Amino acid sequence: MKPKIAFFDFTSCEGCQLNKLNFENDLLDILKHVDIVEFREAMDDKADHYDIAFIEGSITSPSCVERIHDIRRRSDVLVALGACAVNGGINAMKNLHPIDEVRETVYGDDKYLFATLPAMAVSAVVKVDHEVRGCPMTQQDFLKLLLALVLGKQPPKYDSPVCLECKLKENECLYNRGMVCLGPITRGGCDAVCPSFGQFCTGCRGILDNPNIDGMLEVLTTHGISLDEAKKRMLLFNSNEVQL
Amino acid sequence: MSRDLDIKVHHLTRVEGHGNIVVNMKDGVLEKAHLSIVEPPRFFEAMMKGRSFREAAIITSRICGICSLGHQMTSLVTTEDALGLEISEQTVLLRKLLVHGATLQSNILHAYFLAAPDFLNVGSVFPLIATHKDVVLRALRMKRLANDIADIVSGRAVHPITPVPGGFSRIPEKAELLEIKRRLLEEGLPDGLATIETMKSLAGAIPQFERETEYISLKHPDEYALYQGDIFSSDTGATPVSNYLDVTNEFVVHHSTSKHAKHHRSSYFVGALARWNNNHAQLGEEALAAAEAMGLKPNCYNPYMNTIAQVVEAVHCILDSVRIIDKLIDRGLKNEKPNQSPTRYGRGVGSNEVPRGILFHDYTYDNKGNIIKANCIIPTGQNLANIDDDMVKLVPELMDKSKEEITLNLEMLVRAYDPCISCSVHMLEVDFIE
Repeated sequence: MKPKIAFFDFTSCEGCQLNKLNFENDLLDILKHVDIVEFREAMDDKADHYDIAFIEGSITSPSCVERIHDIRRRSDVLVALGACAVNGGINAMKNLHPIDEVRETVYGDDKYLFATLPAMAVSAVVKVDHEVRGCPMTQQDFLKLLLALVLGKQPPKYDSPVCLECKLKENECLYNRGMVCLGPITRGGCDAVCPSFGQFCTGCRGILDNPNIDGMLEVLTTHGISLDEAKKRMLLFNSNEVQL
Repeated sequence: MSRDLDIKVHHLTRVEGHGNIVVNMKDGVLEKAHLSIVEPPRFFEAMMKGRSFREAAIITSRICGICSLGHQMTSLVTTEDALGLEISEQTVLLRKLLVHGATLQSNILHAYFLAAPDFLNVGSVFPLIATHKDVVLRALRMKRLANDIADIVSGRAVHPITPVPGGFSRIPEKAELLEIKRRLLEEGLPDGLATIETMKSLAGAIPQFERETEYISLKHPDEYALYQGDIFSSDTGATPVSNYLDVTNEFVVHHSTSKHAKHHRSSYFVGALARWNNNHAQLGEEALAAAEAMGLKPNCYNPYMNTIAQVVEAVHCILDSVRIIDKLIDRGLKNEKPNQSPTRYGRGVGSNEVPRGILFHDYTYDNKGNIIKANCIIPTGQNLANIDDDMVKLVPELMDKSKEEITLNLEMLVRAYDPCISCSVHMLEVDFIE
């Protein structure tokens, strides 16, 4: 029987979901191997049980917490899709400011009208079985994971830096162009897509488990860039993980 | 007719983001009819504080995956206005090509995947694979073409890479642009014409409902405005983009985490139908013929026809993309580096037409090029009051129908606006307390 899969969006831009609707060439083939039973952005149907639930977005309100518990209860396997779900991503930048101050400056007298929590990874609330990193997640990454799950295999893991993939593509180092690039310490798997298009790595796939800190410091020193400047850039997608 | 009616659609499907439709009628008196926005607040402007001008567009593109190119373009023109960064004609042309690609992608996604299932009485595009396979394949092909424009010019369709303040971090190759041109003419144009035929056959399912309102869009002296121009209101005429706060007048309502907006009346309309009503005379003859074939006339006061106006724009985007590529190639592509040397630091305001309507960004920078204050006003937020006003007029007109039919009509109404709810609750304006 085809596995029943479902997609759910929490606080996010829904760009990772959109990337699935952008499978123009493969969509019909994918549908031969799985049944999509719930996907609010694209369809009306709802289901009670999911073999695989894909979660996009961060947990940022009490109603998000309640909803993710409910989905987890009804799912055999739960996958975090994209930076917002994996570690809070760009949403977590709001955690850098005191939440009550942000709320008050936003809604003024109505500051307690809409309940808000710090932006959290899905794994901060329920068990996450697998993850697809990146902002946005890439279609290839998603397909590799889906294929592994459908075939009952272990999905691929990435533990080498973006910098390595960039070197293999023989790109000019962006530090030579005066940019602060997070490639040396960021988890790869993206094929160094940003540096290949002339833009610095933003760290959207998260910091490696064992980053080469000494190597990174050497690069920064060589190019006259302060550690604070590099850390500030790391906050873009890793506010929940980086200590200033 | 005296009637009780209680409709609550929780987490409306086939729209971007989370919204509920709430209607209450007691003894024939309408007590409540509105779209309740329940998307959690995002606080984007708060996140922007202290960030470098090189990061502003990277952050704001994450307001919305569907509209990421539109936010990025608007962020860039805002930063360039604030920092006095001049950009080249080649940069403007490449940006306009990207805007066409994004508009084509988004309008086709909405017309085929989000709106059309209603006209064919199905819950999503997926059952149509069995019943209308050629139509689904055509929609996928058009989306792929639009996304390929984005992939080639900007690195990727969702959260583009190459558009940076002052220009592009990579210039596409001539051969890449010529290949896009070939596909626009050989696939895009025939598919666009076939789309008109498909929509014509579905036009009978579009509800007949009219409510004249104020239509607000950009207006450009030389072209159908999508990239920059002046603000234009069908009620009050033109005003510079820097006066946008006088137009948007945002206010908090308790049923929505997104602010509402109003200008000359209690609400106004933004999006493809507003652009059509304000600027249709600047479309080419092919797009005008498409409009005529699908029954879209100037001025049109039926909000359900927004989807048809989007298809007209899709035809325009296909043909104008070819003209832009010709121009880029005639001029000769230059490997320009982006101009990132500020000539001043201060406030900048930028505006573009994104698929769902007019978008404003407003940033103030300190003298190190870091953001002190940011404000973004989103098309869907501007449309929310207009949707509520439509519902208030529409519900009494549907009193002879069943609750299910009324609900479907209301869902279709909201979908016709192609709302982007993640965008609209990007956050309300923040004044940072120092």
